[in-house]
Amino acid sequence: MDQLSVEHLLGIKYLKPNDIDLIFKTADHFKEVINRPIKKVPSLRDITIANLFFENSTRTKLSFELAEKRLSADVINFSASQSSVKKGETLIDTVNNILSMKVDIIVMRHANVGAGVFLSKHVNAKIINAGDGTHEHPTQALLDSYSIREKLGSVKGKKIVIVGDILHSRVALSNIFSLQMQGAEVKVCGPTTLIPKYITSLGVTVETNLKKALNWCDVANVLRVQHERMDINYFPSTREYSQLFGINKEILESLNKKIVIMHPGPINRGVEITSDVADSNQSIILHQVENGVAVRMAVIYLLAEQIKR
Amino acid sequence: MSKKLLLNSKDIQIILHRLACQLIENHNDFSETVLIGLQPRGVFFANRIVEILQNEYAIKNLQLGLLDITFYRDDFRRRSEPLAATSTKINFLIEDKKVVIIDDVLYSGRSVRAALTAIQSFGRPKQIELLVLIDRRFSRHLPIQPDYRGRQVDAINKEKVLVTWKETHEIDAVYLQQK
Repeated sequence: MDQLSVEHLLGIKYLKPNDIDLIFKTADHFKEVINRPIKKVPSLRDITIANLFFENSTRTKLSFELAEKRLSADVINFSASQSSVKKGETLIDTVNNILSMKVDIIVMRHANVGAGVFLSKHVNAKIINAGDGTHEHPTQALLDSYSIREKLGSVKGKKIVIVGDILHSRVALSNIFSLQMQGAEVKVCGPTTLIPKYITSLGVTVETNLKKALNWCDVANVLRVQHERMDINYFPSTREYSQLFGINKEILESLNKKIVIMHPGPINRGVEITSDVADSNQSIILHQVENGVAVRMAVIYLLAEQIKR
Repeated sequence: MSKKLLLNSKDIQIILHRLACQLIENHNDFSETVLIGLQPRGVFFANRIVEILQNEYAIKNLQLGLLDITFYRDDFRRRSEPLAATSTKINFLIEDKKVVIIDDVLYSGRSVRAALTAIQSFGRPKQIELLVLIDRRFSRHLPIQPDYRGRQVDAINKEKVLVTWKETHEIDAVYLQQK
């Protein structure tokens, strides 16, 4: 029978295509569960999960917490802003302290690339990476592919363009790995300053003309402009960015087909996407949020299955 | 591996009819009753009962749901092999209904225990009954007994009761197998 080939979910690049299939099939069942009158199953009654968010997050944290509670796990939350990290405690010390309270799974977001991998080598718990710096955000990529699969039937053979700030985006990187693993074609589109120099070595193509990119694709995954990660000016003004790379009704109507619009959130309305597009029937943004809970339930459930007492 | 035939297809046919009649005795026109087949193997059995009730006794508007209990099992992570889930299809509320849970073999009672918990996610039933094809006496881990049983079997733990259906194995039969 099926089991994940990995012990932790640190990034999409460590997964195999079969793992993604298994996660999606399991998520199908959980999607049915979360649409029941009573949206909870008792599978993880004896599992304790710590959500360690060393970086701000609203929806990922909520989504994970909800997924954990729907599985009946005990949940503890930790935010760096209110903790001893500010007093100079190291990552391993913080985590080991939490582990002495008998925690089985750690969901971690951290500003440093590789924080999850580092932790997995030093502590005795399952690690789920909820975003490490500009590296990977595997559950987001999984729920994005899951939503494409739900909307279009499959991911294989589809053309997906990722629009926006590719340079600072862990969502972009995880999505590239995940989509390619499932047989999709990926293009990135954005200002040249926000596209990593060697991105083509990952097998993606680059397009700087938004309209051409949209005409090519079946799905456009629009990323947020991450002002907080920009230490220098990557483009002259927000206004210019939205004129060149913002997705609005006019540009969608000028295409010869109807494409699917996605966004991992939070949205800067009027910058990378206008309100009329975000709220239109082409957008599956809110489905992504719902699917996020089901996919995270699947990941947690499958990793918990490996814990033997 | 030796295999002893317990019930042949004719025996099973007779049992199916008897069980259908017993259900009618207690549930009349089934307007207040829903049937729940347990995934995966109880479903074939439940489908047969429904077929007989519909075709031979002209019961209309039968409601049959399929329930997967994987996420409710108490042996999660205690088995050598991971559990594989199947789908749950219950498109109705069971609030205030009489529920008949249908499974092929009643053994330790743990699946039924899980089903009793799982069913609560769909409302508060008025009453729950259990219908099984084979009741393995002397092997219960929990205080659970069937309300309707096809055949009682006394088997030791080393033996396995194997139910095959035409849909999957070309023949309706029940065997007692040495493990």
